[in-house]
Amino acid sequence: MAEVQRRKERLDRGIKVRAESIYAVSSWEETAYLLAPRIILVLGLLLAPLLVQSPYWKRVVTVVCVYGLLGLSFDFLAHFVGLVSLGGALATGVGGYASALANKALGLPVFLSIPLASLAGGVVCTVLLLPCLPLRGVYFAIVTLMYPLVLSRLVEAFNILGGTDGIPGVQGFGGPWAESYIIISALLLCLFGLRRLVNEDLGLILRGVKDNDQAVKASGISVTRYKAIAVFIASTLGCLAGAYLAHLYMWAGLSLFALDFSILPIAATVIGGGGTLVGAVVGSMILVPLSELLREFGTLRIAFYALVLMGFIVVRSEGLMVWAQRKYHQFERWVQI
Amino acid sequence: MNMDKPLLKVEGLSKTFGGLQAVQDVSMVLYQGEILGIIGPNGSGKTTLVNLITGFIKPDKGSVKFRGRDIAGWPPHKIADLGIVRTFQNMRPYYSLEAYRNLIVPLNSPRAKRMGMGRWGERDTVALDILEEIGFERDSFVPYKKASALPTGYLKRLELARCLALKPEVIIADELFSGLSASEIASLVPLIEKLQGGGITFIMVEHRLRELFSLANRVIALDFGTKICEGSPKEVMANPRVRQAYLGPGGSD
Repeated sequence: MAEVQRRKERLDRGIKVRAESIYAVSSWEETAYLLAPRIILVLGLLLAPLLVQSPYWKRVVTVVCVYGLLGLSFDFLAHFVGLVSLGGALATGVGGYASALANKALGLPVFLSIPLASLAGGVVCTVLLLPCLPLRGVYFAIVTLMYPLVLSRLVEAFNILGGTDGIPGVQGFGGPWAESYIIISALLLCLFGLRRLVNEDLGLILRGVKDNDQAVKASGISVTRYKAIAVFIASTLGCLAGAYLAHLYMWAGLSLFALDFSILPIAATVIGGGGTLVGAVVGSMILVPLSELLREFGTLRIAFYALVLMGFIVVRSEGLMVWAQRKYHQFERWVQI
Repeated sequence: MNMDKPLLKVEGLSKTFGGLQAVQDVSMVLYQGEILGIIGPNGSGKTTLVNLITGFIKPDKGSVKFRGRDIAGWPPHKIADLGIVRTFQNMRPYYSLEAYRNLIVPLNSPRAKRMGMGRWGERDTVALDILEEIGFERDSFVPYKKASALPTGYLKRLELARCLALKPEVIIADELFSGLSASEIASLVPLIEKLQGGGITFIMVEHRLRELFSLANRVIALDFGTKICEGSPKEVMANPRVRQAYLGPGGSD
C-alpha cells in the first residue's frame, strides 16, 4: 500500500514580492500592505493610555514599554550580534542611579538627566563588560548575570549611593500623560531606529560577527571593537529604561538591579519571537498585563504565569511574531511528494 | 614574478599543539606577483601554516616579515589590514546575509575605506561589481540570494570576493579547489590568472595537484610540519621525497 506523502509548501504572497520593489508605492493596496502592521503597532501604543481608564492600568502600560525596551536591547544583542546577555538589570541599575545622581546632585531637569544618564550609563556598562567581550556563548551569559548582583551588593556593603535606602526625592514627570508618552515615544523611536540600524552597514557588520566572527577578522575588522559598539547601543537602551524608572518611582534603589529586569525581557523576547525586534515588544505586551491579571490568584500567581509561558513555548516555540510574519507574507499549501 | 622583491619572508616558523609538532622550523619566501603553491598530504601542516601567517594562530617561534616588518603574533584583523587576506578551507560566509551584503562587511573595513572601495551609499554597487568580476551573474537572482542558499561553487567564489573587497596584496587561498567539479575549477583558473595579472600575489594551498601545477610559479611541499622540498612544479613533482610523502614508503618505484 503506497503511503501518500505530503509536505507543506510555503510561497511568498504576490503582494509581498511586488511590495519589495518599485511597485511598493504604486497602488494603495501595496502601500497599505506595507504600512498596516506598522500603523497598528504605532496607533495601538499611542492610544493605549487613552483607552485605559484607571491610573493603575496607565502605569501598567508604561511598565510594558519599559520591559519592551529591555527586550529590544536583549533581542538586538542576542540575535544580531550573538551576545546572549543575562544582565539586563546591570543597565537598568546603572541608568537609574546615573539619572538620579544627574537630577539630584547636578540639578539637571528630567528631560536632560534621562538622555544624559542613558549615554553615560551606556559607557559605564560597556567599560564594565569590555573584559568579557572575548567570551562566547554561555560564558558571556554567566558573567553578565553576575554583574547586577555584584553591583547591588557593593552598594549595600560600602553604603554608597544611599546604601539600602537608595536615593529618594528624584524629580517625577509631573503627570500621567508625560509619564506615558515619554516612554511610549522612546520605545517607538528605539524600535524603528534599531530595525533601521540592523540593515545599515554597521548592522550588517554586527550580523556578520554573529554569523561568523572569523570571517570578520579575516576582513580586517576588529571584532572586539564592534562588539563594544553593540554593547554600548544595547546598554544605552537598558539605561534609558532604568533612568525612566528612577524618575517614574521618584527613587533610585537596589531594586533597579532586580533579577526581573534581566529575566522577564528574555521571556518576552522568546514568546514574541527572537530576531524580529518587534517580538520583544509584543511579548512584553502579553507578559506584563498577564502578570498583573494573575495577581488575584495570590500565591498561585507564579504557577499560572509559568503555565502560560510554557503554553506559548510549546505551541508557538518559534515566537508569535515569527509566526505572524510568516502568515502575513506567505501562504501555505499541502503538496504531494 | 619579481625575484628581487621578497614580499613575505617566513623564517623558522614553529607551532606545537600539545605534543604534536604541527609546523616545524618552516622558512619560505614569497615574491611579488607570483603564485606560490603549498602542497602536502593530509595533516602535513598546510592549514596551520596559513593560520600562523594570517594571525589566526600565534606561532611559538619564528618570524613572518611583510615588507621587512615582523608581523608574527599580530591579531588577524591587523594582518588583513596590511592586505594579507585569506580564504577558509571550509567556507565561512555570513549565511543569514544575501551574497552582495556579505561583501558590505569587508567593504566597511578600515583598509577598504582607505583604498577607496566605495563610500556610504555606493557600497552595494561596488559589491555587485566585485561579484560580477568573480562570476556571479549580475542580472540574475544569484547576488541577491542568501549565502545559505548558495551552492559550494558560489561560496568558494564568495570567499575570493571577500578578499578582493579589501584590495589585497596577497591572497592566501586555503584549498580553494576542494569540493569543486573539474569544470568549476576550469572556470576559476583564468580568474586567478587574471587577478595575478592585476598585481595580486597568491599563496595557494592545494590538494588538486594537476590544477595547481598548471597555475603555480613555484611550489613548496610539506610533510609532518616540515618543508621537504621547494622548486618549480616540475622539480617538486619529480622529487622522490614528495612522492614518498604522498604514496607512502616504496611509492617512488
